[in-house]
Amino acid sequence: MKTLMGYLAGLLFGLGLAVGGMTDPTRVLNFLDVFGHWDPTLMFVLGGAVATTFIGYRLVLRRSHPLFAQVFQLPTRRDLDGRLIGGAALFGVGWGLSGYCPGPAFASIAGLTAPLVAMLVAMIIGWWLARRFSRGH
Amino acid sequence: MDAAASLYGLVGGVMIGLSAVWLMATLGRIAGVSGILSGLLLDRPQGDSAWRLAFLLGLVSGPLLLMLLGGELGNVTGAPSEVIGDPVGGVGLMLIAGLLVGIGTGVGSGCTSGHGVCGLARLSPRSLVATLTFLGVAMVTVYVMRHVLGGGS
Repeated sequence: MKTLMGYLAGLLFGLGLAVGGMTDPTRVLNFLDVFGHWDPTLMFVLGGAVATTFIGYRLVLRRSHPLFAQVFQLPTRRDLDGRLIGGAALFGVGWGLSGYCPGPAFASIAGLTAPLVAMLVAMIIGWWLARRFSRGH
Repeated sequence: MDAAASLYGLVGGVMIGLSAVWLMATLGRIAGVSGILSGLLLDRPQGDSAWRLAFLLGLVSGPLLLMLLGGELGNVTGAPSEVIGDPVGGVGLMLIAGLLVGIGTGVGSGCTSGHGVCGLARLSPRSLVATLTFLGVAMVTVYVMRHVLGGGS
């Protein structure tokens, strides 16, 4: 049952990315290009997603536990540190160069191209490097 | 402004939100793609991998379903019948970008979904700072690539 729930969440997420235009790197970069021909589409994607999640989380988190798991696993840290900000900055450079963040990059596998394969392989290597870096600290 | 693209954007955003709410309601998890997939591929936690793999399969099958259905359900710039847009650069650029996205989301504990959607919805100060940082840096990067170097697309 957990597996089916995970699949449905991924399916809805992938549908939302595609309908919203996030699986088009050009649209993503046009949104980020605030000094060029700015495309506001992603503002609606992010706004719609945050508003829906904000309301939905409030309804869901009133319950004592999830339907198919023991506990809600929520991050508890509230402090800011250099790793958070430095990591976000590195991610921003990569996102701005490619127009891919992790969700849309994996969701685009059905339209596989050599540059997308390079993006995905490099991203996984990046995650591996980040874990090695984290263990050293 | 392209009103149809904006409307599709809003609908897509609500679907992403519903997915995040669904994952929390059923499995009690944050819908952060970098966290779910890096955990699946690198940590392979016992008893905690199957739903991650299923999430990945769902993520890939969403756009695939729209492609099979045909019609104009995608939102690719200037190509309404397409669902997935082309990459904006070659293998070299994507290797650099992918490495930065991987290291950055790994070290910074999240990406657009985990920090930008779920974190903001939880009013997490860490996610707010992370989101403003990656959005701002990405905008500067696009500015440099397009208007200073004239590189990008």
